[in-house]
Amino acid sequence: MSITTPLALLGRSFLAMLAAVGRVSIFTGNAVSHLFRPPFYPREFFLALINIGWLSLPVVGLTALFTGGALALQIYAGGSRFQAESVVPSIVAIGMVRELGPVLGGLMVAARVASSIAAEIGTMKVTEQIDALVTLSTNPMKYLTMPRLLAATLSVPVLVAVGDSIGIFGGYLVGVTRLGFNPATYMDNTVDYLEFWDVASGLVKGAVFGFIVALMGCYHGMNSGRGAQGVGRATKAAVVSASVLILASNFILTEAFFTT
Amino acid sequence: MITLRDVHKSFGEKPVLQGINLEVPKGQSLVVIGGSGTGKSVLLKCILGLVVPDRGEITVGGKLLDAANREAFLDTFGMLFQGGALFDSLPVWQNVAFRLLRGSLARPLNEAKEIAIEKLRRVGLTPETADLFPAELSGGMQKRVSLARAICADPQVIFFDEPTTGLDPIMAGVINALIREIVSEMGATAITITHDMTSVRAIADQVAMLHAGKIRWVGPVDQIDSAGDPYLDQFINGRAEGPIETVR
Repeated sequence: MSITTPLALLGRSFLAMLAAVGRVSIFTGNAVSHLFRPPFYPREFFLALINIGWLSLPVVGLTALFTGGALALQIYAGGSRFQAESVVPSIVAIGMVRELGPVLGGLMVAARVASSIAAEIGTMKVTEQIDALVTLSTNPMKYLTMPRLLAATLSVPVLVAVGDSIGIFGGYLVGVTRLGFNPATYMDNTVDYLEFWDVASGLVKGAVFGFIVALMGCYHGMNSGRGAQGVGRATKAAVVSASVLILASNFILTEAFFTT
Repeated sequence: MITLRDVHKSFGEKPVLQGINLEVPKGQSLVVIGGSGTGKSVLLKCILGLVVPDRGEITVGGKLLDAANREAFLDTFGMLFQGGALFDSLPVWQNVAFRLLRGSLARPLNEAKEIAIEKLRRVGLTPETADLFPAELSGGMQKRVSLARAICADPQVIFFDEPTTGLDPIMAGVINALIREIVSEMGATAITITHDMTSVRAIADQVAMLHAGKIRWVGPVDQIDSAGDPYLDQFINGRAEGPIETVR
């Protein structure tokens, strides 16, 4: 092995990463351009809305409920070290709406929806259904990608809002039944310290995460390899890339929203 | 008329089409035969624009089939895919009437369903099939639904990709007869790719044999047995010995 081999490997990986970024960027530009150009497919949009939004409610709701409860226990345990147990309601609320609601909601939707979109579109590609769409004068980007992108971008913020409420309720349940908080005081502390931007920033994050989830699902599905193995790889890549991008964009958005 | 002139296509280092020249007159049925992996499907995909040729020219009705003209071409086009390529998420009638439910040919729902049921009847399927999903159908029924979808908007050009693969001889015969009948009745220009010599004899007006990326032989179907081409002869008689290598 030559002394330059590691450098060559590093260089090749870097170039491959740049090429992948370029491909995703072109795909994104192409997909977004279809949001503004007819024909539109309202039926497909409505079905995507049900699949991505409505059917993700149970998993997002349960995640939020347990997260809110665990958060209340953790803040209570940590706060009791310096007699700050009373901050539990406000920290649960702020933590849920700013961070945990959108991020955990986004990750759960990524697991459920990015995989499902990638598998569905990947299978369509393998079984020539995408080619069939083209022969039926239908642009696959417009018919498959655009409705899913729009539906995810619009429905994930709603899921986040519902998840936030359920998460706060989870904290409330634990606070009142396990930690001895007065119900009215808990609610007052929750509402008093919560600001509009806390909630709005979480919803904006939700929209961005929804876009990422659908984009990764569609991109990897459309670029799926042949056979069951190809579809399996596309599904895995969709979930992994959507999850990483959600966490990375969460950091960037938090930096942009709260440190200026 | 569909014309291909000097069409080349390679995938990486592997050349698949190496100068295809072919003419399909309007209203004629051309069957392309050739061994597995000789580029028959790539040829069809080049015409459809699903694969971009490296070189050469494809025209339909005298118009160059570039991105600008392809949309108009596809509006008058139908295709039967090898595996059916039916949309799993849609019931049979919506698969058949896909074109009639959206885009420039959109019709009211009831009218589209009536046309779909009529096309299903045309390929020998009962109206009860209309509300089933593709996964509930047998392979032969899926092929027939795919055929109904291909003819639903009365296309001027139809492609059939391995129409009888995976079917029993009786169902293959039914599909062959349907294709011949539909092409003759509609006056459509058809290109079929197949390995099945029974299909060739039933469907073709003209036969073209693809070998090593080029058209090896082309002529009327009634001359294939007397053509005297050793490659064609080996293929149509299914002989292991001959100029075509069996290890590919």
